[in-house]
This record gives sequence, C-alpha cells and structure tokens, in this order.
Amino acid sequence: MDAEAAKMLGAGFAAIGAGLASIGVGNVFAKFLEGALRNPGAADAQQGRLFIGFAGAELLGLLSFVIAALLIFA
Amino acid sequence: MAAEAKLDPMHQFQLEKLAGADWNIAGYNVAFTNSALWMAIATLALIVFVAGGMKRSVVPGRWQMAVETFTGFIDGMLAANVGKNGKKYVPYIFSLFMFILFANFLGLMPLGVVGVHAFTFTSHFSATGVLAVLSFGIVLIVGFSKHGFHFFSLFVPHGTPVPMIPIIFVVELISFLVRPFSLGLRLFVAMMAGHVLLEVLSSFVISGGNNGPIMFVIAGVPSFVLMVGICALELLVAGIQAYVFALLTCVYLNDAENLH
Repeated sequence: MDAEAAKMLGAGFAAIGAGLASIGVGNVFAKFLEGALRNPGAADAQQGRLFIGFAGAELLGLLSFVIAALLIFA
Repeated sequence: MAAEAKLDPMHQFQLEKLAGADWNIAGYNVAFTNSALWMAIATLALIVFVAGGMKRSVVPGRWQMAVETFTGFIDGMLAANVGKNGKKYVPYIFSLFMFILFANFLGLMPLGVVGVHAFTFTSHFSATGVLAVLSFGIVLIVGFSKHGFHFFSLFVPHGTPVPMIPIIFVVELISFLVRPFSLGLRLFVAMMAGHVLLEVLSSFVISGGNNGPIMFVIAGVPSFVLMVGICALELLVAGIQAYVFALLTCVYLNDAENLH
C-alpha cells in the first residue's frame, strides 16, 4: 500500500472517532434531559454544567476531525 | 455550458490581501486581508448594535431590550460561575462573546446572493488562538496577582493523599496548560467543519443539476433540503460555540479568582 492510500484510509478511520464523539454528545444531553424531567426545578441551574460537558465531549470528536484534515491536506 | 464542477471546499478559507501586499514589519507581511476586513465589519456591527441600545430609557424599546438581554445574560453567567467577584469581568466576557457571536453569524450570512464573499475569520486558528491566549493570559495575570505563588495550589486539589501529589500535580498542570489550545481549537474546528459541510452539500446540488433531470431529482433536491436543515444547525452551532467559549472563560476565571 502506498503512503497516499494509507493516508486516505487513516482519514477514514478518524471518522470513527467523530462518530463515537456524537454518541458522547448525545449521552450528555440525554442524561441531562433524564435528570431535568425528574427534577425540573433544579434543571435551569445546571445548564452551565451541561454545556461544559457538551464542550468536553465535542472537543474529542473535533480532534479526530483535525487528524483527518491533517492527513488529507497536510 | 456548465464547466466541470471541481470541489475545493478549502478555497473559502483562503486569505486574500486586499491592501498593502508590501507592508512589512520586521520581515513579516502585515497586509490588510479579507480576514481583517471581516473582523472590522464584525466590530463595527457590534458597536452599532450596542450603541443603538444604550439609550437608558426607563421603558426600554425593542433594541434596548435586545442589548440588555445580552448584558444580563453575561452578567448572570458570571454571577453563577465566578460569584460576586466576577462582576468586573462583565465587559471582557461581553465583548468576547458578542465578537465571536457576530463573527460566526456574519460568516453564515447568505451574502453570496448579492456577490459578497462572506469570510468567517473564526474558522482560522490564528484568530481563535489569539482570543484563547488572551483569555488564558487574563487568567494567569489575575491568578498570580491575587494569590501569588499560592496559585499553584490549584494543581493540588484539597484532600489529595500525599503519595499521589506528584502525579496529580503533573496531570492537573497538563490539563491547565492545554486549556488555551482546546479553547481555540474547539471554535476553529467547529466553524471550519460546518462551512466545509455546507460547501460539500452545495456542490452536490450543483453537480446534481448539471447531470440531467434524473440526477437533479434524486441527488440535487434531497441535498438542498438537507443543506437548509444543516444551515439551521449551523446557526445553532454558531451560538453554542460563542456561548461555550465565554462559559469556559468564566470557569477558568473562577479558578483564578477563587482557587478551589
């Protein structure tokens, strides 16, 4: 396998990371909703923490996108 | 006749020198690029927006209400995350949040229909990285000037068992030093990925239309519908990313103000 083909394959594999991160982001919001519906009174105060969790989960997916972009364009 | 559609989704991020291709400072070119132009436009739009709402009338109109909603939102965010010490950071966080928000939204404006090429400068790491370093620098300055070398106790949480301190210190230090990169990288990649996605989908619409009516119906039309949906999603992402940037800056400022 030549290097160019291996790079493209690697970029494709990096998409797995992006997909898994989407599960993580979904989990963050799903668990938040689950908790919020049990105790709606406490939900609004936790929105900041919701977005911190979202940002953490999303960043790891974006990192795999960066790897893919580096493999294709750099 | 339609030319061969060649997909180049990265072309939209190209910097163009609008003026001063020969302005050099210490060997570095400091030309006025399209990125700088859109930063200026975002700043101007922000100034007009805020100035229009600073009427201080007792019964606020719509515009004043809009500006006051934003300032109140930032004020509440700082009060919730930093406490009463956070009041003095409202101007910085407000400028940061609104600048990023305006930049993200200006980049999504459908100005292409009137022939203007909108440029999203938040899709460049050089722009978001500077904003992140600015936030990180403020955290460092506040932390060291307020707590002195006691600021390093941030890296050893309360109740850490003594044998664990060397390991925890290193881990916490790394997670602290990575903050400016993660802050800048998140905004830049989120904006760039969204714009690449829109470009790819729009190229599907165009090449679908170029390949006859059947391809237009089975590829072009669904792509267009999806693109409209993704546009709405991108508007949401633009808002969320500006919010997350401001929120994380608040959280980091809280570390500097109150330690643990």
